[in-house]
Amino acid sequence: MKAVQEFEMHHPMAKYLRTERFPHIWCEGCGNGIILGCFTRALDELKINIDKLVVVSGIGCIGRIAGYLRCDSFHTTHGRAIALATGIRLANPNLTLAVISGDGDLFSIGGNHFIHAARRNIDMTVICSNNFNYGMTGGQLGPTTPLHSYTTTSPYGNIEHPFNLVHLAAAAGAVYVARWTALHVQRLTASIKKALQKKGFKFIEVVSPCPEIFGRRNNFKKAIEMMRWLKDVSEIRHGYDPSKAEITMEKIVVGEFVDVEKPTYEELLQKKYIKVQEKLREKNAG
Amino acid sequence: MTEQRTVLTGKHLMQGDMACAEGAIAAGCRFFAGYPITPATEIAERMARRMIEVGGIYVQMEDELASMAAIIGASWAGVKAMTATSGPGFSLMQENIGLAAMTETPCVVVNIMRGSPSTGQPTEPGQQDVMQAQWGSHGDYDVIALAPASVQEMFDLTIECFNLSETYRVPTFLLADGFIGHLWERVIIPPLEEIKVVKRKKPKVPPEKYIPFKPDDDLVPPMANFGDGYRVHVTGLTHDEHGYPRTDDPEVQFKLVQRLCEKIRKNAEKIIKIKELMLEDAEVAVIAYGIASRASISAVKKAREAGIKAGLLRLVTVWPFPEKIVSEIANQVKAIVVPEMNYGQLVREVERAAKETPVHFIPKLGGEPHKPDEIFEVIRRAVK
Ligand SMILES: Cc1ncc(C[n+]2csc(CCOP(=O)(O)OP(=O)(O)O)c2C)c(N)n1
Ligand code: SF4
Ligand SMILES: [Mg+2]
Repeated sequence: MKAVQEFEMHHPMAKYLRTERFPHIWCEGCGNGIILGCFTRALDELKINIDKLVVVSGIGCIGRIAGYLRCDSFHTTHGRAIALATGIRLANPNLTLAVISGDGDLFSIGGNHFIHAARRNIDMTVICSNNFNYGMTGGQLGPTTPLHSYTTTSPYGNIEHPFNLVHLAAAAGAVYVARWTALHVQRLTASIKKALQKKGFKFIEVVSPCPEIFGRRNNFKKAIEMMRWLKDVSEIRHGYDPSKAEITMEKIVVGEFVDVEKPTYEELLQKKYIKVQEKLREKNAG
Repeated sequence: MTEQRTVLTGKHLMQGDMACAEGAIAAGCRFFAGYPITPATEIAERMARRMIEVGGIYVQMEDELASMAAIIGASWAGVKAMTATSGPGFSLMQENIGLAAMTETPCVVVNIMRGSPSTGQPTEPGQQDVMQAQWGSHGDYDVIALAPASVQEMFDLTIECFNLSETYRVPTFLLADGFIGHLWERVIIPPLEEIKVVKRKKPKVPPEKYIPFKPDDDLVPPMANFGDGYRVHVTGLTHDEHGYPRTDDPEVQFKLVQRLCEKIRKNAEKIIKIKELMLEDAEVAVIAYGIASRASISAVKKAREAGIKAGLLRLVTVWPFPEKIVSEIANQVKAIVVPEMNYGQLVREVERAAKETPVHFIPKLGGEPHKPDEIFEVIRRAVK
């Protein structure tokens, strides 16, 4: 309790957090806290009006992030964060909208919603904590588990080819696609800022260490070893072809892969609305 | 906005599905998310045309899981929202219908029922999702479901669905069938000012005093919309009155689940609507809803002509089930006849309420609704 009070008094980001809910559920050395830190810093630096901010998450360790942020937030059913956020966005175009969720949530059970929201170019910032497994349920294999890695449901090594999330996002139509690791705190924060200011469907993948569950099964004895590994294997290459940026245990290309302009669903809808209203007026006058 | 296009006041020849869409617009619905499915597609098509005219949103989602999720999101963003589907889509929606119940999200789901199970009979009517409407998602929660029996009621009861949903913060269903959905009949749309429209109650206190899931005396908490500055956390996890997850406290779970059920049960008398026909002196009562009630009217009249004191109780409200009313009627009559377009669903509720009074069930499957004579025959045998 004392620690929480001190945190509240001294930490510049505490005002964005529901500190009464601390301690949080995340393990020591987990990357999710770093994502939360970067996100709040981005809000702070952009001076986002928190009364108009909505954060939506699905289910999983990272999914709890919605409940730690002192803003309007929705912790949805597993996989449905983007679909629910689509409703929020279209109903109120004036809100700042972010979806923060896990690899399993966004790309296994929720994969369909991801590609369709990207295709429609619905205005939202989607941040994925990719920890290579289902942390919340104790470390099962997921759609991003690297080939041959060990999880509770790939006890002999994973034989499923993982998704390359940045390639998937780019192919589905995202207007901004970036990847960072939990080690790249400054660059991740800058990326989140950029995404929050840009219109359209934006995707940021954060390779996030899960030392407690994934790390231990894959020869990382301590949390710090996962961080060291991320440092050793990551390589910054902006503008790199996302289709070639598959993650392996040997190499993780990070950077901004896509940054393009494209009309959003809401902008196209607004144009149609004006046309329809004009026609109606003509009809009523004539 | 062109106000005269909002409510199409006047007399129209309309299809049931269209009347439903117009009812929604009259009720203030400005967000529709859906996925095409027979026999509900015409609602989506009408909404695709009309939402933009009235300044609302139509969005075709990738599936019904997404449609249901989207209307929950839209509702929290402060806009009245609806989706429409049929059996297969209704099954997919159940996950987030549970979420809507748990998070007390006002929203309307229209189910134009068709022959089932599974893909079943896309173009044939049925009443086979009636129990699913109440029990479809996991866990305990109560819902409201209304069953229209005419195109006029497709309009009127859709408005009523929105009003009830906003009042009790509960997912509310319009349970129609493919017959009524596709039927063309006359509809009278009243002037805008004569249409009663209810809006959810908002917090009366400033954000620092607001406790998002603390109920008033009617067991319903006032609702702040996203963006109102109240900074609400909403979760499908078991939560306390602050909306914070409390998954390890049995008392929090009990209080929450109890309230989700009781806010409907305690207010049941205010919610329930029924229609009676010649029940005062009846010795045999037909209890029916929706499509099956149409043939029941003729059957009851025919029975009267034949000297049998028959009457009809038509359930406009299917959920909460009008248990007390059915019990009272059961005490008065010698027998009850229940025709449904299924293999025996709501009849179980009738039997439970009827206690000792014999209940004769008339199943109907395949697409052809009951014929008045079929119901009349059972009435005749029931009083022999
Ligand atoms: C419909 C449904 N299926 C399964 C679960 C169980 N479950 C909870 S979290 C989770 C996986 C989460 O993985 P991910 O999105 O990667 O998040 P992480 O915990 O790794 O941060 C699963 C399968 C659930 N809650 N709902
Ligand atoms: S299980 Fe992994 S992802 Fe979940 S909190 Fe622990 S370290 Fe983080
Ligand atoms: Mg994960």
